[in-house]
Amino acid sequence: MLTLDLAIANQKYRIAQLKSEQDTGIDQERMRQLFELGFIKGESVIVLRRTMPGSDPMVVRVGTSTFALRKAEARTIGIEMVQS
Amino acid sequence: MTESIIHFHSPGKLIALVGNPNCGKTALFNRLTGGKQHVANYAGVTVERKEGKLTLEDQSVLRILDLPGTYSLYPRTPDERVTCDVLRGVAKGEKKPDQLICVIDATNLRMGLRFVLAIKRTGIPTLVALNMVDEAKSRGINIDVAALSKELGMQVIPTVAIERDGDKLLKESLNQLFAKLKSAPLQDKAINTLGVVNETVAGNLDDALARTDLPEQQLQQIEADHERVQTILQKLGLDQIIYHTGSDRLDSFLLHPVLGPVILVIILFAVFQAMFSWSTYPMDLIKDLNEYLKNEIINSFSPGWMTSLVVDGVLSGAVGVITFLPQILVLFLFILILEESGYLPRAAYLLDRLMGSVGLSGRSFIPLLSSFACAIPGIMAMRTIPNMRDRYVTMLIAPLMTCSARLPVYSLLIGAFIPQRTVWGYLELQGLVMFALYLAGILAALMVAWMLKLLTRAGRQARPLMMELPRYRWPNPWNIFIGLVQRAVIFIKRVWGNILLLTILIWFLASFPLPTPGQSLQIENTFAGILGGYLSMILSSIGFNWQICISLIPGMVAREVAISALGTVYSLSSLGEDGISTALAPIISQQWSLATALSLLTWFVFAPQCLSTLAVLKRESGGWRIPLISVSYLFGLAYIFSYIVYHLTSYYVS
Repeated sequence: MLTLDLAIANQKYRIAQLKSEQDTGIDQERMRQLFELGFIKGESVIVLRRTMPGSDPMVVRVGTSTFALRKAEARTIGIEMVQS
Repeated sequence: MTESIIHFHSPGKLIALVGNPNCGKTALFNRLTGGKQHVANYAGVTVERKEGKLTLEDQSVLRILDLPGTYSLYPRTPDERVTCDVLRGVAKGEKKPDQLICVIDATNLRMGLRFVLAIKRTGIPTLVALNMVDEAKSRGINIDVAALSKELGMQVIPTVAIERDGDKLLKESLNQLFAKLKSAPLQDKAINTLGVVNETVAGNLDDALARTDLPEQQLQQIEADHERVQTILQKLGLDQIIYHTGSDRLDSFLLHPVLGPVILVIILFAVFQAMFSWSTYPMDLIKDLNEYLKNEIINSFSPGWMTSLVVDGVLSGAVGVITFLPQILVLFLFILILEESGYLPRAAYLLDRLMGSVGLSGRSFIPLLSSFACAIPGIMAMRTIPNMRDRYVTMLIAPLMTCSARLPVYSLLIGAFIPQRTVWGYLELQGLVMFALYLAGILAALMVAWMLKLLTRAGRQARPLMMELPRYRWPNPWNIFIGLVQRAVIFIKRVWGNILLLTILIWFLASFPLPTPGQSLQIENTFAGILGGYLSMILSSIGFNWQICISLIPGMVAREVAISALGTVYSLSSLGEDGISTALAPIISQQWSLATALSLLTWFVFAPQCLSTLAVLKRESGGWRIPLISVSYLFGLAYIFSYIVYHLTSYYVS
C-alpha cells in the first residue's frame, strides 16, 4: 500500500488506514497519538514540504492542521490517491 | 471500595481553561484576568501552574486556572498529564474545576471540535470559547454560532482574545452562569469554612478518562468523534479545507531547503547581537548603582567585618542576581516573539536532523538557546521535552552553552593575552578567539550528546516528533509583556536565595580567620586561601597558580565574582568592578604565562560550575543524580582539555 512517506508533494491524498505494529515497528501508543492529531481514515492529507534530505522530517497537512512528521511516522500512514 | 481524596484549597468556584496548544488559550487567559496572575508549580511536578482572578459584574471573584494545552485526554507529556489529572480531580492539591472553558481555534474546527467532544465526556459543565473568529471571518469561514451550539449541545461563545474587548461576550455569559449558580445548591459536597472538600474518586466520570481502556476502544472512540465532527461541519457548511495561504507563502521561504537554514542562522545571529548590545546600557546602570551603594555604605560605617559582610556579601550577592537579568530578558523577549509568531516549531523542524544526529530532537533547541543567556532558565525550559532521556541529556549539556556570566572572565583574559591584531585582512583576532570559545562549547556539547547516543541503547532509538506547525500570526505585545514579567519573576525567585546565601558563605571563607588588628587582610591566610592552596597542588599541573585556585571557589557562586576575588588576591579590592578588570590585565599578563591563560579559558568553557545551576538541575531532574553526573563529567573534561591546552601551548611557546 502507498504510504505517506512516499507521497508526491502537493498532491491531494486521502488516508486509507494506519499500518500496525508488525509492519512498521511503531507501537500502539504512537498510533493512537497519530489518530488524535487527526490522521484518521478518510481525512485528506497533503505532503507540503520535504525540506530535509531524505525527507526526514517532512511537513504534512492533515485536514486543516499542519504537522512535522518523521519518515518512520509517515510510513505508518497508508494513503490512496483522491480522484479529482 | 471507593477511595477518598481530601483536598485543601481556597473555597469558591474554580474555572479552568482547556484547549489544544496554539489556540490562543493563554491570550484569552491574559485577557480575562487582566494580567493578574500567579505562576507557581503543580505539586510534585515541574509543570507550570498559572492561576488568575476573574472579577464578575457583581464584584465576586472567581479563581481561574490556565491548564497546559493538550491534544487529548490520554496524556503524552508531563504537561498533558497535569491537565488530565486536574480534570479527573486527582491532581495533588488541586480541586476539580467547577466550570470549564474549552478554547478552540475557529480556523481549525476539525481539531477543536474533536477535543470539545472529549471534554464533554468529562461531565464538567463547559462553555466553548470560539477563539480567533476574526481570523476565520477574514478567510471566508463564517460560523453560525447558534447552530454550532445546538449541534454540540453546549453554549458556544465567539471570542477574539487579542482584542481589547474580545472577551466581552464570554464575560457576559460567565456573569449569567454564575448568577444562576449562586442560587443553586452545591451538589454532593460538604464545604466547611476552610474549604476542605471530600470527594470520592470513583464514579462514571472517570471512565471517560480511564487509562485502562483497551487501545482498540480508544481508537474507536476517536474515530467516532471524528465522524461526528465531520457530520457537524457538513451540516454547517464548514467542511471544506480552507487554509491560510499567507502562512503557506511564508513557509515557502522559511522552510525552503536552502533559504530556511540561512534565515534561521541570520535570526539567531541577530538575537545574539541584540542580547549583548541591548543589555549593555541596563547592565552599566546596575553596575553604577552597585558602586554608588557600596561607597555610601563604606563611607557611612566604620570598616570592619560587619561592613564587609554587607558590602561584599549581601550587596554583591543581591546585585549578582540581577546583573544578568537584562541579557536574560532580551533573549526571552526574542524567544517569546518567535514563539507567539509561530516560528519556533519551524526552527525546531529545521534543526531536527542536526539534533537527531547526536541523539536529541529539535525540541531541545530552545532550552539550549536559552542557556546562552543563563543555564537556569534554559534548564527550566526543558519541561517542554517529552522524552525523559532527551531531557536528561539536554540538561547535562546545557552548561556547555557559554552563558553570559562567563563573559567577564573571557573578556579579561582575552584582553590581557590576545594581541589586538587583524587576521586575514579584516577579522579581529580577539573577536575570533571569543567566537572560538563559544564554538568550542557548542562542539563539546554535541560531542557529549553524541557519545551518550552511542553508549545508550535508548539514544539510538528514533524518538517521536509529531510536532504541530501552527499558522503564523502577529505577536501580541501585551501577551509578550506578561510572559516576560512572569519569566523574570520566576528567575529571580529561583535564584536570589541561592546566590545570596552562597555569596555570604564565600565571603565568610574569604574573610575569616580575621587578621590580627592593625594588619590588612591577606587572603592567603583565610579559609579560602587555605583551600586554594590545596587546590593548587592538583591544579598546578594545568598551570593554575594559587591565586587562580582561590578565585575559582567564589567563581562557583557567580563567575564574575571570580574576577573580584582575583582583584582581592592581587590587593586591588578597593577599586570598583571595572577598575579591577582594567588593573588586573597588566598584572596578569606579566605574571601569568600564555599557557596558563589559555588553560584557564579552556577550564571556563567546561567547568565554571555555577552552584545555582546545580540547584536548579536538582529541582528539575528530581534528584541529585543528574547534578552529580554534571559536576563530575564537566570537571573531568575541563581537566583533560586544560591539560592538553596548557602543555601544548607551553611546548609551542618555548
